[in-house]
Amino acid sequence: MPPPGFSMFRGINMANQKVKDYKDKIFRATTFFAAMMVLAVIVGIFLSLAHQSLPAIQKFGFFRFISTPTWDPVHEVFGAASSLYGTIVTTVLAMAIAIPVSIGIAIFITEMCPGFLKGAMGTAIELLAAIPSIIYGMWGLFTLAPIMGDTVEPFLQHTIGKVPYLGSLFSGTPLGIDILTASTILSIMIIPFIASIARDTFNLTPQVLRESAYAIGATRWEVIRNVVMPYSKSGIFGGIVIAMGRALGETMAVAFVLGNKHQIARSLLDASSTITVTLANEFTEADSDMYMASLFYLALILFAMSFLTLAAAKFILKERAKS
Amino acid sequence: MKLKNIFLSLLFIAISLTLVAGDTINGAGATFPYPVYSAWAFNYHGETGVKLNYQSIGSGGGVRQIKNRTVDFGASDAPVKPADLKAANLLQFPAIIGGVVPVVNVEGLTGGQLKLTPDALAKIFLGEISTWNDPRLLAINKGLHLPEGNITVVHRSDGSGTTAIYTTYLSTVSRDWEKKVGKGKSVNWPAGIGGKGNEGVANYVKRVKNAIGYVEFAYAKQNNLTYVKLQNKNGQFVDPSFEAFKDAAAGAKWNPDEGYYLWLVDAPGDGSWPIAGASFILLGIEKPAANKKVVKFYDWAFNNGDATAEKLIYVPLPKSLKDSIRSYWKRNGIY
Repeated sequence: MPPPGFSMFRGINMANQKVKDYKDKIFRATTFFAAMMVLAVIVGIFLSLAHQSLPAIQKFGFFRFISTPTWDPVHEVFGAASSLYGTIVTTVLAMAIAIPVSIGIAIFITEMCPGFLKGAMGTAIELLAAIPSIIYGMWGLFTLAPIMGDTVEPFLQHTIGKVPYLGSLFSGTPLGIDILTASTILSIMIIPFIASIARDTFNLTPQVLRESAYAIGATRWEVIRNVVMPYSKSGIFGGIVIAMGRALGETMAVAFVLGNKHQIARSLLDASSTITVTLANEFTEADSDMYMASLFYLALILFAMSFLTLAAAKFILKERAKS
Repeated sequence: MKLKNIFLSLLFIAISLTLVAGDTINGAGATFPYPVYSAWAFNYHGETGVKLNYQSIGSGGGVRQIKNRTVDFGASDAPVKPADLKAANLLQFPAIIGGVVPVVNVEGLTGGQLKLTPDALAKIFLGEISTWNDPRLLAINKGLHLPEGNITVVHRSDGSGTTAIYTTYLSTVSRDWEKKVGKGKSVNWPAGIGGKGNEGVANYVKRVKNAIGYVEFAYAKQNNLTYVKLQNKNGQFVDPSFEAFKDAAAGAKWNPDEGYYLWLVDAPGDGSWPIAGASFILLGIEKPAANKKVVKFYDWAFNNGDATAEKLIYVPLPKSLKDSIRSYWKRNGIY
């Protein structure tokens, strides 16, 4: 016969075990629920966008919708080409400005910056990311646009504007409300994303590698070019993708300085429109059903674009990690 | 202990909210009259204890909300057509008037110096008249020095009731405009750049030399913008002023049987300013109890709100129109 105390302890242990199992189950269910919520929300958004845009999809089809530049609410002729064009051009231009600048910032902070400035510079860049986009918009309208319109753009017209072919990019009256100003603001907004991620990945380069390179007589440029950069390629790429997602979807900052004009502008000094700008400007006062459906259709296209961009980036990163 | 406190205060908030809710009028819609409605609501609450909760979500949203009956009243800067009113079982009446004023930035000119005919205004916005020293403009403004240089047209980039009033006016006075562009809260502009909101348009007009744009009367007045003198239906050149808007409203043919459906543009009368519009209130016919509350508020505002409105640079309805609206309410059994 076992001592009486033994089975008693065992009972308590079993009860404890049961409670533990129970807690575990609840915990698992909760986290599972939380994770599924994300999926449910994404699928839900997609379905409701598709449902709401159905009338426009039926009326305009896909290829006709994305190839028509006209946006005429009065006569109910809607096409996404002008908004799509604006979205792509502002994003590409913003990336072209932001990527070199951000990588320069990251290199300076990690490789050359005197110690006492390092912290301050890093924080300043991260603070840039914390500024709400509406403030960028107001600043853009009241401060940057006049500077661009009065100084920068006339200067560009007098210099690059004189070059054949390239010059047509800077034709027209410089007003400061145009693709160039919008892209400049966008680039300032996305610089912190690329710069801080690039800085972190640069810092991940093992000190041993760097010092070995210096030891065999490499210059600072050679170390950065041949050791640090290859080591951090995929990290930088990730930062660029995040920044691109942000640029594609940015609304308030560009809404103020892009002019919401539905045209395929040849010059960077022309007003244009992006998908988000069109939505922000026109959603509240869209009165006809077809108008509303076309706006939803635009939103659906943006949703698909962002999704595909991220998916492609994930895929590329995965492939790279494999090789 | 802490949890109990939180719970109690939540309960308290919930109870006080339901108590308040009994005396709240819920409305949603147009952004343009929002400042004057909330000023009226503040005074009304002080006198009667009834609260008005007005959400300025835009005219389109206001019409949708009242159609779905999620609010007690909807507000719209564009009148809803009589047929649509019938289909959605709605009542409609105007509550306040606002005007739209073309403003310019031409070197050497101050407010009221530049005269424009309706035809010239339409041609400028169509891009057909593209310089200030165009002979057609010089003919109207004899003796005024007008500079050369291209005119930059500035319009609203966001959908708005202001644009609806302005393009309705241009469509009324110019067949060309009606054919090529048409009227609406946002249109396919043939010329110019877009600014977001009144402040966006005003900002561009101030900054861009030789620009012309259009803003709400209140906005032009508060910011001392250079307005133009417009020729009205009777051939007179008028300045935008309270009197000019009131004349326009008094001279118009309001028809209660059509839910006061009317665009207050190109109104007759020697002193009438030709570009104006009323902001409308929409009620669901089958909800008399809620409608009575709304009507009581607007009746109070018609009696006591004129000074408040003028201080905010809105144009109160003329007396004849107020009387007509009161009998419209009476006929529908909500007054």
